[in-house]
Amino acid sequence: MGDINTAMTEQYRNDFLKEVEANVEEGQWVKMCMQCGVCSGSCPLGPAWEHPPQEIFMMIRAGRRDEVLKSESMWMCTSCYNCIVRCPRELPITHIMHGLANYAHRLGLAPKMNPTRRFAKMFWKNLTKSGRVNEIQLSVGLYFMDGFKTGVARAWAMKDIGLGMLKTGRLNPLGFVNHKGCKDKNGIHKMLKKAREIEDRRKGFAA
Amino acid sequence: MARKEYSFYPGCSSERLTSASNYMVSVEAMCKKLDVKLNEIPDWNCCGASIGYAEGGELPRHVMNARNLAISEQANKGQDVVATCAACWLGAKETKDRLAEDSSLLAETNEALREAGMNLQYKGEQEVRHMVEVLIEDLGYDELKKPVVKSLEGIKFAGYVGCQTNRPFGIAGESFENPKYLDRLVEIVGGEPIEKYDQKVTCCGGALAFSEPEKSQAQIKKIIESAYDHGADMIVTPCPVCQMNVEVYQGQINKRYGTKFNIPVTYYSQLMAVAYGGSAKEAGLNGQIIRAHRLEEIAAKTAR
Repeated sequence: MGDINTAMTEQYRNDFLKEVEANVEEGQWVKMCMQCGVCSGSCPLGPAWEHPPQEIFMMIRAGRRDEVLKSESMWMCTSCYNCIVRCPRELPITHIMHGLANYAHRLGLAPKMNPTRRFAKMFWKNLTKSGRVNEIQLSVGLYFMDGFKTGVARAWAMKDIGLGMLKTGRLNPLGFVNHKGCKDKNGIHKMLKKAREIEDRRKGFAA
Repeated sequence: MARKEYSFYPGCSSERLTSASNYMVSVEAMCKKLDVKLNEIPDWNCCGASIGYAEGGELPRHVMNARNLAISEQANKGQDVVATCAACWLGAKETKDRLAEDSSLLAETNEALREAGMNLQYKGEQEVRHMVEVLIEDLGYDELKKPVVKSLEGIKFAGYVGCQTNRPFGIAGESFENPKYLDRLVEIVGGEPIEKYDQKVTCCGGALAFSEPEKSQAQIKKIIESAYDHGADMIVTPCPVCQMNVEVYQGQINKRYGTKFNIPVTYYSQLMAVAYGGSAKEAGLNGQIIRAHRLEEIAAKTAR
């Protein structure tokens, strides 16, 4: 991953905006931002962003590559789409934030310990394994992602919720062994492998 | 033959023994009374949901949704796709929009789809709609009122619309800031909607309820507090993530903030299933962690 980062830095020397336009989902919209700040003011987790979207857009144009890509900011997006519907210039802000987070993650620059990055990784692995989400595996996996001891403590803190879900028939206690998922798992795996190959080629991620 | 038929995309959380299985149960009861037939898309897969982007990227996410839509085009010809889950609807609709405007993305999608079984090709023939759209636009409020045999009179509902049923697509004719359709649905079944409920489109934190629990629970607290402030007996929502987040974390929020929250969070389809004469079980009310006692009582009564 480090090599790809070096390659990208070389290729787009001093022009982070061009790099974002080429490689980030909906990145071609970044130049349209007029810095009104409605997005930042509309974000439910606004105060938790080190650099809110409006600032991120300006930082991209100012070439502050490392500060943007290494930021925890984009990982605060809850996908509520408030910024999208309120942006007077109709920038697809939510998608740009998702795109930046994904790009930073693929370059290996995203903060390693960010909980949403780690959970998202676990989530994708979970859903692609069988084609459908395995909820018990996902939640237990999340509790135990920092090892057994913290896992037990987290599971204990969540026990009332877990028991509630079990009692009301909204969680499968046997989900570890009898989660069925899609029939054509193989086809889905092949399809996703191909999609990743194509996208990596297009975005210059291919080795 | 049923009055209406749709190609149905139920989504992961609607399966048996999953977090929104009670939603699914009530949707089945509601659709039966309305004579609406849902033809499940064979072997449908996950939409990638709201945090799939981080690891999944762009094309793999669209390919996942395109697979469902391509199977639907083959198996349920001429029908609109309908989803009950906000994220499923959003993911599938977003893919449809993006593939419609980007021919190279469409070509790449179909190249990847060929690797899956079933000889799939995505053509973009079918509309992607939310169950609420189908109810309001295809049937209409008057038709939705006809099967009502029991009134939910005297119950005050805070209509919590949330995010993804409302943004970025929303329901035609409704505003993003103050959508009214959920309140209208409450009125139809005889309940009292709280028109001034001011947190109806506030974000519950979505998937971040798992990864950033403190921040999400601060959001959820606002949503519940406002319902109490306006005298609500229960909250009603169209979204599985909203339902779960707002219902199940009340105990943790009470510990964190010293509150005494204990308010039921139901689905619109549960209200309709009860008003249409369904039993508590048919309305999925046994799936509530915080029991909706007043709905259970009405469900137990004999219809007039």
